[in-house]
Amino acid sequence: MSALRRIGVSLFAPVLAVVVALVISSLVMAALQVNPFAVYEVMLDFGDSPSQQVTALVVVLNRAIPLFLAGLAVAIAFRMGLFNIGVEGQYRLATIIAAAVGAAVALPGWLHILLIIVVAMSVGAIWAAIVAVLKVTRGVSEVISSIMLNFIALGLASYLLTGPFRGSEEGASIIATAEIPASGQLGGLNSIFSAIGLASPPRQLYGFLPIAIVVGVVIAVLLNRTRFGFDLKASGLSPSAATASGVDARGMVIKTMLLSGAVAGLIGLPDLLGQTHRYTTDFTAGLGFLGIAVALLGRNKPVGIAFGALLFAFLDRSLVPLQIADYPASVVTIIQGTIVLAVVVANELARRIARRSAERGGAAPAPAPVAGDGGTGPASQAAPPTTPPSGGTDQRQGAQA
Amino acid sequence: MTKAAALLLAGGLALSACASDEEPSGSAGGDGGGSSDELKVGVAYDTGGRGDRSFNDSAIAGVEAAIAEHGGEVRDLSPNSDASNRADLLTQLADEGYNPVIAVGFAYGDIIGDVAEQYPDTTFAIVDSSVAELGQDNLVGLLFAEEQGSFLAGVAAATKTTTDHVGFVGGVETPLIQKFEAGFVAGAQAVKPEIVIDRQYISPAGDFSGFNDPARGQIVAQGMFDAGADVVYHAAGGSGIGVFQAAAASNGRAIGVDSDQYNTVDDPALQAVIMTSMLKRVDNAVQEFLDSFVEGNVQGGEDVVYDLESEGVGLSTTGGFIDDIQDQIDQYRQQIVDGEIEVPTTP
Repeated sequence: MSALRRIGVSLFAPVLAVVVALVISSLVMAALQVNPFAVYEVMLDFGDSPSQQVTALVVVLNRAIPLFLAGLAVAIAFRMGLFNIGVEGQYRLATIIAAAVGAAVALPGWLHILLIIVVAMSVGAIWAAIVAVLKVTRGVSEVISSIMLNFIALGLASYLLTGPFRGSEEGASIIATAEIPASGQLGGLNSIFSAIGLASPPRQLYGFLPIAIVVGVVIAVLLNRTRFGFDLKASGLSPSAATASGVDARGMVIKTMLLSGAVAGLIGLPDLLGQTHRYTTDFTAGLGFLGIAVALLGRNKPVGIAFGALLFAFLDRSLVPLQIADYPASVVTIIQGTIVLAVVVANELARRIARRSAERGGAAPAPAPVAGDGGTGPASQAAPPTTPPSGGTDQRQGAQA
Repeated sequence: MTKAAALLLAGGLALSACASDEEPSGSAGGDGGGSSDELKVGVAYDTGGRGDRSFNDSAIAGVEAAIAEHGGEVRDLSPNSDASNRADLLTQLADEGYNPVIAVGFAYGDIIGDVAEQYPDTTFAIVDSSVAELGQDNLVGLLFAEEQGSFLAGVAAATKTTTDHVGFVGGVETPLIQKFEAGFVAGAQAVKPEIVIDRQYISPAGDFSGFNDPARGQIVAQGMFDAGADVVYHAAGGSGIGVFQAAAASNGRAIGVDSDQYNTVDDPALQAVIMTSMLKRVDNAVQEFLDSFVEGNVQGGEDVVYDLESEGVGLSTTGGFIDDIQDQIDQYRQQIVDGEIEVPTTP
């Protein structure tokens, strides 16, 4: 299969999904007697003055960074056929503990930021490890345990915020941790804009952007160019085959969840280090769940996730101009919802097309695109008919028995 | 199969994360279209947006009343589902030339200082958050003495209870809602020192679901009624409807909050249990702010507190359930206004 063809196949699903979503949304808008083209024009309009345009760009990028990290965290586990629904709890808990540690110490410059990042990643990883340990020792479904741990994490974060980590004075209307001192704050990147001759608006581009890009590259290399990535992919495609070829299934579950949790721990940091400098009662919630949608849209590949995150961030930004132009903001919600639905359908279609073409190709069977790419269950579906019907989870349990 | 089910579940969660309950802003533009010195009011809502039949609607009612008097137009914006774009709402309104800009809800308190600094020519007002320490002279805080109104709610509950057992359901355990609790408890104890007061919050601080979860509101209130309470006061926003349902199911009484909830619930069965509502006149506060803006005497950098004396808070009488105890309520009201009773703000 030529490289061009491969790119075509991998682009097929997300592009199809977005197109289908746009068509459905346009129909809905037309039914509501809203001109869809006028709506899209408003969404694409970034403002008149250079300063407004750069601000809009910054708003989109700043929103995309946490979405990208969330999608990445979800995707790492998805690639192995693990559903880490607990990203939400992992990042909330990681952010508050990182905020408290960051506020409690004073270290020179980068060391301070590094400490906050390490703490956040560790907390996220530890919280995700609970899920992994339950799965490999007791066979508890990671879906159930990670969802339930979300509630525990939220409760724990609330307790920490109102109790030991409370830094705001009594009676303040927003409860917050103490503020991270200047050495632990990450400055904006707007100097880049002025350097290339663009306007430099007061809204700062998060300094976390390069870190997020590095994380994305590292994960991409890890997944595609290392033994670990191969084992992970193999376990996702067929746990039994992976075990038979010497992959330690239990170890892989734990390692994958640790990695997924560690990345999840980063989700809150762009906001924390770049803007709020403290964890508050109204710290952005729900990014972990949005990450699931973004990972689906990006087909669990870092580059795809980056585009998915940018698309969601772009849609999110258009909420405000749409309202100003007197269009219903629910348009954006409809588009986002239909994209998620369409992407699941399109991924399944793409997987079938890829499999059919591989079957026709005969001698060089390409594997199904990516394990857990949002099809209806890669591990059980892609497995050869000789696999016992019990499916992936039991396979891994069997391996440890 | 399990994988397919898991994926469906995941998709559902993702979808629900995308979904937001905001109402389209619809035909918000008053389209005054007149001269340039006409009032152009920008409103940024709290989560829930327009149509919440409570806080946000009360604010826009005040704006509309002011526009009816002075002319002009209004543009109202709702935040996204996770309310992460609050700053954008304010800056966009200011960029579009709306002045004054009103932020509804204390959640804007974190960012409004910075925005006001960026737009020195625009006047900002924030409901429910103090601006005294921000030092911005183009920013006004509109605050309410919720504890005073809640004190009267406590008086009404304690006077009406036949079991000497009342309850308080808070939405989210934030300092703002704790003011309601503190006032209610003080009021109830002022009438009957030995009264039993159940107090419970639907969700802890940081989890804002408690303001919009009628099912859990009902469970919490039902627990109180089952334990013997016969009047329950809620400060739980959209979850309050669950409290009314629990009251209706247990032949108990409930006290509403923010707006006159006797008028905002449609169901006659629920109206019958709403003894009174603790009114928080956001509409009055907003209207007064706009009046002073039009007259050009906004006192920037200061908080305006709306209390019992200025009728910013109080009890509603619709339905006539508390007409017979109005004298007692008025006595306590007068004592608070005169400063004889100091109502605590923290429980």
